Amino acid sequence: MSTLPSATTASGPSSARLRLQFDRGVKSLTQGRLGRTLVMATPYVWLLVFLLLPFFIVLRISLAEMVLASPPYTSLWEWTQDQTLLIRLHLGNYAYLWEDPLYLAAYLNSLKVAAIATVICLLIGYPMALGIARAPAGWRLVLLMLVILPFWTSFLIRIYAWMGLLQNQGLINQLLMWLGLIEQPLALLHSNFAVYLGIVYSYLPFMVLPLYATLVRQDLGLLEAAADLGARPWKSFVTITWPLSLPGVIAGSLLVFIPAVGEFVIPDLLGGPDTLMIGKVLWGEFFANRDWPVASAVAIAMLLVVVLPLLLLQRIGERQTTQKVNP
Amino acid sequence: MSGRRSFWLFTGMAFGYAFLYLPIITLIVYSFNDSRLVTVWGGFSTRWYVALLENEQILTALWLSIRIAALNATFAVVLGLLAALTLVRFSRFRGRTLFAGMVTAPLVMPEVILGLSALLLFVHLEQLIGWPDGRGMTTITLAHITFSTAYVAVIVQSRLSQLDVSLEEAAMDLGARPWKVFVVIILPIISPALLAGWLLAFTLSMDDLVIASFVSGPGATTLPMVVYSSVRMGVSPQINALATVIVVVVSIGVLIAGWLLHRSQRSSDHGNLRK
Amino acid sequence: MAQTKRDPALIDAWQDPTARPFLQIQQVSKVFESGHYAVDEVSLEIFRGEFFSLLGASGCGKSTLLRILAGLERPTQGRVWIDGEDVTDTPPYERPVNMMFQSYALFPHMSVAQNIAFGLRQERLPKAQIKARVAEMLELVHMQDFARRKPDQLSGGQRQRVALARSLAKHPKLLLLDEPLGALDRKLRERTQFELVNIQERVGTTFIMVTHDQEEAMTMSTRLAVMEAGRILQIGTPSEVYEYPASRFVAEFIGAANLFEGRVEGYDEAAELLTIHTEAAAQHITLYHPTPLAVGTPVAVALRPEKIHVAAQIPNPDTNWVRGTVKEIGYLGDVSIYHVRTEQGSTVQVQVTNLARRTAGPLTWDDEVLLAWDEDAGVVLTL
Repeated sequence: MSTLPSATTASGPSSARLRLQFDRGVKSLTQGRLGRTLVMATPYVWLLVFLLLPFFIVLRISLAEMVLASPPYTSLWEWTQDQTLLIRLHLGNYAYLWEDPLYLAAYLNSLKVAAIATVICLLIGYPMALGIARAPAGWRLVLLMLVILPFWTSFLIRIYAWMGLLQNQGLINQLLMWLGLIEQPLALLHSNFAVYLGIVYSYLPFMVLPLYATLVRQDLGLLEAAADLGARPWKSFVTITWPLSLPGVIAGSLLVFIPAVGEFVIPDLLGGPDTLMIGKVLWGEFFANRDWPVASAVAIAMLLVVVLPLLLLQRIGERQTTQKVNP
Repeated sequence: MSGRRSFWLFTGMAFGYAFLYLPIITLIVYSFNDSRLVTVWGGFSTRWYVALLENEQILTALWLSIRIAALNATFAVVLGLLAALTLVRFSRFRGRTLFAGMVTAPLVMPEVILGLSALLLFVHLEQLIGWPDGRGMTTITLAHITFSTAYVAVIVQSRLSQLDVSLEEAAMDLGARPWKVFVVIILPIISPALLAGWLLAFTLSMDDLVIASFVSGPGATTLPMVVYSSVRMGVSPQINALATVIVVVVSIGVLIAGWLLHRSQRSSDHGNLRK
Repeated sequence: MAQTKRDPALIDAWQDPTARPFLQIQQVSKVFESGHYAVDEVSLEIFRGEFFSLLGASGCGKSTLLRILAGLERPTQGRVWIDGEDVTDTPPYERPVNMMFQSYALFPHMSVAQNIAFGLRQERLPKAQIKARVAEMLELVHMQDFARRKPDQLSGGQRQRVALARSLAKHPKLLLLDEPLGALDRKLRERTQFELVNIQERVGTTFIMVTHDQEEAMTMSTRLAVMEAGRILQIGTPSEVYEYPASRFVAEFIGAANLFEGRVEGYDEAAELLTIHTEAAAQHITLYHPTPLAVGTPVAVALRPEKIHVAAQIPNPDTNWVRGTVKEIGYLGDVSIYHVRTEQGSTVQVQVTNLARRTAGPLTWDDEVLLAWDEDAGVVLTL
């Protein structure tokens, strides 16, 4: 085949470009340049304008100072009289976040609450997912739909349902008093307990779905093989079922943990005045204090401290699983 | 071998489902309570439903929410489809990583950040180019489209990547041009995913309080905003009635969808039996 | 074998120097972005009405070559002519070529009839004509009763026939079949082989089939090409390729072959007999060979297992035999395969037809046997 390299190079640069196009293969819609550009550019431009650009604006405003005006922040740059551009980056908002213990406490508390709620979700969700995955095939769809159904109803209303149950005169307190377990109603509502409950309740489907997806794909023959080799059911769960379901555990945990960290509605409605969560703090800075620059700084800090590490974690996890699939 | 294990599994599942459904059931039961006090049973009544029907504020907010949700879902399906096509079909182009990142970002971004950033964008745009003029339905819809697109894109992307490429090749081989292949083959096959995406986008929009609160303006109050301000005041039987209506409507929708799915599966099973 | 009677004008077209090839592939190469040569300077001529097979192991480039003919891949270099027209740059939807896909690629949202009508509708034929053609195709593949079924309501064999009908509906000049029987179970596959050949003869279309199954290629094709690593190693009729393999790879890929390596010791021009010295047999090997080879040329002798027989005594003249012991016996019903360990230390496969009703043939383990073969039993391969 010694003739081939010379034959390809002899045809010159024009055919090289032609070849590049050919090598992409002939796929529908990728053919016309115009179609291709339109398909790609429409969502790209939309996301650039409505998703990426706003983050730079948030960053910018986090470096401004609050003023009583509309909009309530200073400009970052101005032309002075001697023809110089004056750029003023006000780092005071970040210093303020660092110095005021409220913010650090709110960050740490958000992480703690989200982590504990995630673990509880896993404890409740795993048996459910396993039960659905091992149910007769005809039942699985129904059981799964029953898990998803509450998700399609209003989120606010599901929180509201707990407000009714947890009140001092609510059903739970009434039941406990009727049983004689307590004399005085417990202050269940507006407590950290209620916040955990609300998060677990709201995000349980997000835990069950990915768990189910990995569990249902598991080969039951593995368990039979383990039993055949002498493993008792509990042992084969620990050594077979659980390790193989880890990708689902990780996916489900992230799906619960990430939104829980920034949650606003649940701590606001179910939590007490001392429930510090970062989403609630941001909301307060923005709506109650009208301090847009500090609210922006909180948002940027939240992105850097909470969201980015989790995204990286997810990335690494994905890479590992894809490596396992195609070694 | 699994007798004892099934028992534990069954108990775990029963507990899980009870946890999911008991609050909703009490909510529904108390919507028929005659008493104003939500927690004290005062006899059966449908008066809160009547009150709900007469509540101008809730009805207005509901209508606004439905319009926003429908517009949002429609745009999000178009944008999400295009985004999914880009991710699945164009394997390499400059800025692909950025694009993929932007598509998935709203899935992991706290709502407060999405809401704040959207608001600041609209304020800036108004200062710079005079659009959008004030905040209201338009800004809410735009903000909702941006994050709903991500959800639609994920659903459609997973369907598209499962699609057998040889179906398209077969269509082309039989004389269909690329655009025709897209309309006649790809679209019909992924249409269930598009419908699911539309429904999800609609629900997300109907359900959103945080982002809407940031980007809405005077006169544009969505249903979650009304419910939120009413709930902050304490529990109210009218909200119970509203909740019951929502649960019933959604359940009927899910039941119909499930039945259709079941029927289509059954008919194909039947065909296989007769082969 | 399905070697049914074919039109003699067609069957010998490739031997007629004046015949114009229907499909010409000229020095076609396909290099993927990784730098891998999927197809490496392939040239091929196929004549009207042929049933041509591209045979090779997976990854040998046969499917890529087929996709180049369909227009689904464009060659990195080289040209393709169909019926005198250069189609190298013609997109798939403008080629007079149809393909039957390995996965069948039936459109899941369309009924059987709609699937078959799809290509005709792209041509904007009148409705009545489409209907008639669909009915004709359904009849051709015996699927009249299933016209309204969806693909997921059909069995594997039924889907295969719908796919065939769909690809034939436009009366293509050339039909490409990518492992058309690969998804069927063995019994059905054997029956379908004959059916496919019959249909091909009835419609008269030129078929090009890709397969990894040598038995399938032998049974169905007028000619076949053996491919390996993107190149064509040999082109010929099934019997040519089987009886006269051009290389060791072909000899071992098509059927089983015992290979003896050795050197040419002499050539008798009058008798066209080649004498070969080898370490692997007790004496010289003498074989017919039409062309002389220089003394000392290294060669390999390929002997099919069925062309070796168990002999009672050393043949006369004293050539073409080995002695050994039976080590393995494979009872296949109609025949038995023996693995014989020779005195020289190699293993020879011998196939013996089971003429009488006995469980394991006349021989048993550790029997001493004498194996012999005739002068026209083997092929001499130069290395």
